[in-house]
Amino acid sequence: MSWQFNAENENKFQDLLKRYPKKNSLALPALWMIQYQDGWICEDAMKFLAKKLDTSPMDIYSVASFYTMFHLQPIGKYNIQVCKTLSCKLRGSEDIKKHIENRLGIKAGESTKDMKFTITEVECLGSCGTAPCVCINEDYIQNTTPQMIDEILDGLK
Amino acid sequence: MIKKIESRNFNIKDSHVLQVARQNGRYSSLEKLFSMSCEDVLNEVDKSGLRGKGGGGAATGGKWKLVPNPSKKPTYLIVNADESEPGTFKDRQILEYDPHLLLEGIICSSYALHAHHAYIYIRGEYVFWAKRLQIAIDEAYKAGIIGESVLGYDYKLDITLHRGAGAYICGEKSALVESLEGKRGHPRLKPQQKEPEWFFGCPAVVNNVETIASVPYIVENGFKAYREFGTEKSPGTMLFGMSGHVEKPGIYEIQFGESMSEFIERIGRGIKNGKKLKAIIPGGSSVPVLRADEIEGITLDYESLKAHGSSLGTGGMILMDESVFMPDVVKNLFEFYHHESCGQCTPCREGVGWSDKLMGKILDGHGTKKDLDTLLSLSFILNGKTICVFAPSVAYIIDSYIGKFKDEFYSLVK
Ligand SMILES: Cc1cc2nc3c(=O)[nH]c(=O)nc-3n(C[C@H](O)[C@H](O)[C@H](O)COP(=O)(O)O)c2cc1C
Ligand code: SF4
Ligand code: FES
Repeated sequence: MSWQFNAENENKFQDLLKRYPKKNSLALPALWMIQYQDGWICEDAMKFLAKKLDTSPMDIYSVASFYTMFHLQPIGKYNIQVCKTLSCKLRGSEDIKKHIENRLGIKAGESTKDMKFTITEVECLGSCGTAPCVCINEDYIQNTTPQMIDEILDGLK
Repeated sequence: MIKKIESRNFNIKDSHVLQVARQNGRYSSLEKLFSMSCEDVLNEVDKSGLRGKGGGGAATGGKWKLVPNPSKKPTYLIVNADESEPGTFKDRQILEYDPHLLLEGIICSSYALHAHHAYIYIRGEYVFWAKRLQIAIDEAYKAGIIGESVLGYDYKLDITLHRGAGAYICGEKSALVESLEGKRGHPRLKPQQKEPEWFFGCPAVVNNVETIASVPYIVENGFKAYREFGTEKSPGTMLFGMSGHVEKPGIYEIQFGESMSEFIERIGRGIKNGKKLKAIIPGGSSVPVLRADEIEGITLDYESLKAHGSSLGTGGMILMDESVFMPDVVKNLFEFYHHESCGQCTPCREGVGWSDKLMGKILDGHGTKKDLDTLLSLSFILNGKTICVFAPSVAYIIDSYIGKFKDEFYSLVK
């Protein structure tokens, strides 16, 4: 078996097994652990998980591919997610997106050549009252302005 | 106008920390809770008239009574923290400022349901809020508030936080349970008669975060106290939201039955930059739109909004000023629904995509009157023919926007 959980994730997995009536429930938590370990979810990892959950790799793939936050391909180190849904749009998300695109020289849906940045357009982030909202990896930026974007991107190594 | 029941502790510094939460009354309902029988608690909630705050407004007591009692199999409480309906950002205020209120509500509700394990399904993007909630859960375990014996009483309860991974449809209750079972988030076919949900074949109740957070007040103060707020049929309070072109966007707790226009004027301070209101979506993007001239006389409760041809939904209002062009709004919403359809039902999978495409064509200036007719006939195909009510919501969008802003749509086509 080529792919393995690291020790910490293996322990977490064993702990979680006790918290659900059936181990099938561990699909999402385990896919998260894989993604945190590698940055994305490769085929070998899905085969590994299938064995652990007594199911087929196809079943795991079918689940993993349903959820937009699981990356089945490597993505940039910083995933810049711009909310494009209505409340953000009404408060200028279009301008924010263009500003990021211009600054990085790529379009939404693309990654920079050095794989440092990816721009993704996403649907409502549940931050409509502090729109426009951008989420960089896991951190929400609210009431976003181009100046805020510049400051944050300048600080990202 | 503001009435603070659920949001009472929101402005207290560090209110998410157990010690501060306790100093401010959290877990104080539990003494009374355990002096009552499970059935008494259920009846109290039933008599309070509490209605689900996740969008549907179903009676909470009625839903709880569907759980077989006694049940040979374990019962589960599943809390819906998927919060993904555009315009809705209320549950996260509870998770951020008062996670212990949610945990207290879970203890009260699980006790009433004879449940010994509760799951909280939180949307994948809410990483900050998931961390905060997990810390609260860990604190509660450590303090003996949950676990083998809740505060020394003869009652065992475990709470497990479960993260989603980016799928709007997982907010639909049966899709949520499928997802919790480790599958794709596909809504299930609805049974003929009313039933609970089934988690691996065991009875389960799915309730919204805010619904559960309303329970401790009812347990502690009795159903009559809760009914002092709101209206006869919509009792209590709710966290209403305002976003879009409003001067002071945010979440505000008010009792049901307050005037909508007054809420916007007094609490939201009116429309941004002194402009005029053009349209409002009252409760998350899935409910029919209202024109500014239609809101006179509307009160914020289930009955009034229904009578005015829309729905209270999640209480997340999206306001739009006079500069907004409605066909652009519809395109934006179609893109959302196109992206989020789970794809099981052909009318939804194909119909929403087709609507999106047609709207794009019309906005590009290549549309004809026939395209608008096609769009209107798609509304018929989307309504009432699918597994869940996702597709009908899109039908309501087509009908209400084109019906109410006809000129704008017809000005685009030849
Ligand atoms: C497409 C769709 C999305 C939904 N999204 C959510 C959601 O994000 N959060 C929520 O609490 N309820 C959501 N609901 C409603 C749930 O199905 C369910 O009615 C609710 O969680 C029940 O809790 P309540 O009775 O306490 O409101 C959604 C329903 C549909 C049809
Ligand atoms: S109506 Fe749409 S979202 Fe609902 S089950 Fe059918 S395909 Fe899925
Ligand atoms: S519309 Fe952007 S966060 Fe809700």
